[in-house]
Amino acid sequence: MSWDWQVFCEDTIERQPVESCFGKGGDITYLDWMLSAWGWTVSVSLLALLLALVLGIVIGTLRTLPDRPMVVRLGNAWVELFRNIPLLVQIFLWYHVVPTMFPVMRGVPGFVLVVFALGFFTSARIAEQVRSGIQALPRGQRYAGMAMGFTTFQYYRYVLLPMAFRIIIPPLTSETMNIFKNSSVAFAVSVSELTMFAMQAQEETSRGIEVYLAVTGLYILSAFAINRIMAFIEKRARIPGFVVAGGAGGH
Amino acid sequence: MNLNLDFSFYNWDLISNFVLKGLYFSVMLTVVATLGGIFFGTILALMRLSGKKWLDVPATIYVNGMRSIPLVMVILWFFLLVPLLIGRPIGAEVSAVVTFIAFEAAYFSEIMRAGIQSIPRGQVFAGQALGMSYGQNMKLVVLPQAFRNMLPVLLTQTIILFQDTSLVYAIGAYDMLKGFEVAGKNFGRPIEAYLAAAVVYFAMCYLLSWLVKRLHKKIAIIR
Repeated sequence: MSWDWQVFCEDTIERQPVESCFGKGGDITYLDWMLSAWGWTVSVSLLALLLALVLGIVIGTLRTLPDRPMVVRLGNAWVELFRNIPLLVQIFLWYHVVPTMFPVMRGVPGFVLVVFALGFFTSARIAEQVRSGIQALPRGQRYAGMAMGFTTFQYYRYVLLPMAFRIIIPPLTSETMNIFKNSSVAFAVSVSELTMFAMQAQEETSRGIEVYLAVTGLYILSAFAINRIMAFIEKRARIPGFVVAGGAGGH
Repeated sequence: MNLNLDFSFYNWDLISNFVLKGLYFSVMLTVVATLGGIFFGTILALMRLSGKKWLDVPATIYVNGMRSIPLVMVILWFFLLVPLLIGRPIGAEVSAVVTFIAFEAAYFSEIMRAGIQSIPRGQVFAGQALGMSYGQNMKLVVLPQAFRNMLPVLLTQTIILFQDTSLVYAIGAYDMLKGFEVAGKNFGRPIEAYLAAAVVYFAMCYLLSWLVKRLHKKIAIIR
């Protein structure tokens, strides 16, 4: 078997090699296309992560509130709903069903709908981690906050959440890496991210192995980068003398 | 909100023609991949815990590699590579089965590794004191306990696996989601088809995770 990495320097219409490997004017090469696809993967993932963090932290916290059974139940229902439907089905729901049922959503681009799908899906997992992070704290911390005369908001803000966030950094790291991996499912609704690029370029060029290798390399590179960034955050946020055990996540 | 839904096209004929075929494949894929994944995953875990570098390093590379690539890419890789390796084309369904066993082995190996490590050292020493070989010790002492301790986690992974089987969409294999989609397209009712698919997946996964939770409680009391 022979390699043909030249394929990345070909422009996507004429399939002629371009000297600099980057297209000029309006033309693009496969390399240009792949880098732009990587950009889509990164933007979908980061926006979905932002949405998932905001929703997940709020819902996860609400699920630990004392004396609020209705709120806790609603939070649990949210988590069960988004955890028990496959991501691909959820993406189809957002892409096909939501715009039909809610005419307001009709003009929204597919990219945004995928961000919503991925963000809501991941928010359920993050909510679960935030809940277990808060509940892993000794009960005395909550009581100490109450004894100081803090309001519920205050003892969450100043006592429970700062410790809980540090506990959940390791599972949050794997969840962030999961978001990048899960963004690949967006291929199903034609968002031109890396997996979509891999499928189309493979079809057009028949150099599947080279294309897949490059795309897989970019996914591994992204995962590694996140891992390093989160390790840095974990190190910066560490409280001397306070050791937390690492957790493991699914996929 | 526009709720002009019509589920009346769902009748037994349609379900048995389109959906059941897909459901059968999804369930078969889940069961085969779970059993195969646990089998190869246990071997990978034993390789990683063997303390021998030539076994540990390849297993670690395999597990970490599989775990850092999206499942969709792994599905595409196998669909491309397996025919090249064996020299003849294979169907999407066969390719999906091979892929899921190979992919899930990496995840199950992490679970089994944690399970084996959760067994107190004394158990291994006790086995050795009785004159058991490594194989006997693993088979009769360590693995049964590890398997039992990890049963809820293994089953949770199976639920995730069942959800992930929908990703065979990428190579066009006929699973439950595909069944719903085809039915929806044939009857011009894609919206209802996707909603019904979501409801069925939810019901199955919710029921399974409820059962796992109950099992977890039962095991926790005995131990």
